[in-house]
Amino acid sequence: MIDLDALSKAFPGSPRLAVDRLTLSIPAGEVCVLIGPSGCGKTTTMRMINRMIEPDAGTIRVEGRNILHSDPVELRRSIGYVIQQVGLFPHWSIADNIATVPRLLGWEPTRTRARVDELLSLVGMEPAQYRQRFPRELSGGQKQRVGVARALAADPPVMLMDEPFGALDPITRTRLQAEFLRILRGLRKTIVFVTHDIDEAIKMGDRIAIMRDGRLVQYDTPEAILAQPADAFVDEFVGSDRALKRLALIPAADVVTAGAGVDDPGARVPADASARDALSAMLATGVDRVTLIDANGAAHGTITLAAMRVRLTARGDGSAIEPHPLSNT
Amino acid sequence: MKWLINHWEDVLIALGEHVAIALTALVIASVVSLAIGIWAAKDERVHRFALAVSGFLYTIPTLAFLALLIPVVGLGKTNAIICMVAFSLMILIRNVATGIREVPEEVTDAARGMGMRPAEVLFRVELPLALPVIVAGLRIAAVTVISVTVVGAYVNAGGLGTLIFSGMSNDFAPKIWTGAITACALAVVADLSLSRLESRLKARAV
Amino acid sequence: MFIEAWDYLAGHQAQFLAALWRHVALSASALAIAAAIAVPLGVRLADKGGGALVAINAANIGRTLPSLAVLALVMPIMGTGFAPSLFALTLLALPPILINTHTAIRQVDPDIVDAARGMGMTAFEIVRKVELPIALPVIFAGIRTAAVQVVSGAVLAAYIGGGGLGDFITAGIAMMALPQLLVGAIPATLLSLGTDAFFGWIQRALTPSGLRAP
Repeated sequence: MIDLDALSKAFPGSPRLAVDRLTLSIPAGEVCVLIGPSGCGKTTTMRMINRMIEPDAGTIRVEGRNILHSDPVELRRSIGYVIQQVGLFPHWSIADNIATVPRLLGWEPTRTRARVDELLSLVGMEPAQYRQRFPRELSGGQKQRVGVARALAADPPVMLMDEPFGALDPITRTRLQAEFLRILRGLRKTIVFVTHDIDEAIKMGDRIAIMRDGRLVQYDTPEAILAQPADAFVDEFVGSDRALKRLALIPAADVVTAGAGVDDPGARVPADASARDALSAMLATGVDRVTLIDANGAAHGTITLAAMRVRLTARGDGSAIEPHPLSNT
Repeated sequence: MKWLINHWEDVLIALGEHVAIALTALVIASVVSLAIGIWAAKDERVHRFALAVSGFLYTIPTLAFLALLIPVVGLGKTNAIICMVAFSLMILIRNVATGIREVPEEVTDAARGMGMRPAEVLFRVELPLALPVIVAGLRIAAVTVISVTVVGAYVNAGGLGTLIFSGMSNDFAPKIWTGAITACALAVVADLSLSRLESRLKARAV
Repeated sequence: MFIEAWDYLAGHQAQFLAALWRHVALSASALAIAAAIAVPLGVRLADKGGGALVAINAANIGRTLPSLAVLALVMPIMGTGFAPSLFALTLLALPPILINTHTAIRQVDPDIVDAARGMGMTAFEIVRKVELPIALPVIFAGIRTAAVQVVSGAVLAAYIGGGGLGDFITAGIAMMALPQLLVGAIPATLLSLGTDAFFGWIQRALTPSGLRAP
């Protein structure tokens, strides 16, 4: 869907390239997270996709078309754009803000109005209540919800998001991350998401592109990167607790072995928990096995520390397994 | 104020002239300054140059400026209007440029990123948001222009200054009072109304 | 045209110099008096509250009044001559200095003042050692604005017998004598520009190096 080929960019005054022959392919419908330390070129790369920054070399194709041959303004009207500080227009109502691109595209007013209401509901804001409000009346989290709604307004196939939740407090950030994933589930969009937070990348990304000094270091699924970091830099970047992070991605139900379970009530783990939650229960109770229970409290098997170890080493290639009937994947 | 009551028509005519000249100058100055100001907002060299030139013009004493224009355009309204436009340039250009530059960067970034053309960004986003600062400049320009018009009477531009000068040469205090106080009142009214407009715009565009 | 003006000047040197001196004396005195009143007053008002509002509003109104109108209003009361002109020009110079001083002191970061008080400085010491030095550039900007306004206003003082370079201009206009007009207008312009430049230079010199833009 989005193909970057030997993309390069140099800024005057800097000896090295900001983006150095980046080659990357993002399949349609996926969330690709660009992550790396400050100055790695992730934001520059994202901004080249909608030509807010012009590449020096290389090509960018969206749906097979070389975007460097298109009119940048037309291009941008077909790409959703969400930035960290949101950038809502203070002198326009929420409805007018969301309607920006539809109006630029010349939509009929009735269609635009309906779409605005549809989007406000989608991002969890009651249309009748928020339509006529102004940005200054909203909280940070609400502003960014509107920002996302505004980006989705013309139903673009591609969305660019530059640390969209970075300016929010941790609680709001977590909530919006979950909400955004929920919103995405119903839509088929290709998303390029920039962040510097590895936990956010693991949570949001179908695939993560780790960048450093303008170059691509590793590009793979979160599980694969956590299981097999490409080099010492990635190893350090994902954090020394990467085994725990992997466990957080594995449903507890996938590690269960048959059996009656343990008697200790503290050593119980609900069916929708992760393997990491199971480990946490083990540490709390001091035993190395816990029971998986379903919503009714019935036992469905045992999880052992040994089984988790096996899972982590045997599945080092990150390949998918058949989910246990009780897991939520 | 018996004189005023007996001659209120003359005063009104003088006031009318005064307002007409002042408004003409303000409109011309605004149009010119808007164009230059927008350019200056985007180009730092233009900004510096425009402020240097207009600042220079602003420092010239009113009467000296009017006098220096006489060999060029003679006496009359044109003389005064040119002087007023020249004086208003500095504050208006500066405020247009500053107002545009003070629009938060993320707002213009979002506007461009969503696919607005540069002209659309300017007229739909930057200028509306710069309006409070621009009006603040207009307020100062209006007061300046009213002040110059008073002196302009001496080069036959008309306005309330005629009452003052006439009163001075005839040593007739009531005329001086009337002319001076009316001019002051006009300045205060203009300042207050534009101040209210500025406050209302600020509340809207925060 | 300019040659004729030069000839006129050469022929009326004493008169010109007298007018120039008058102009400078008038301007400088008005400015000095206004500063002497407005700076302490502005400092006092900035640290207070309510009463300040009236004074500042009055100053704001004062700032909008047409210069010639103020000069004219003085005439029926005080007559013509040096003193009335000085009075009127001082009145014109007060608002910018007062407003700038008031604003400048108020804009000093309250945290800095708090730290100073916490370290045991008396109110007077705070003003003298902390608030004034930080506020000085803005105060001086007000004095600079007032200076240019006063030099410009002093040209108009010719109308109420104040003397100064305005005499040449008004006479020149009245008699349609261009050389005479130029002898008044050009030096007046130069004087005004020079004043602005001079005060600008002092303003830069007075800005504490810590506050100067890098």
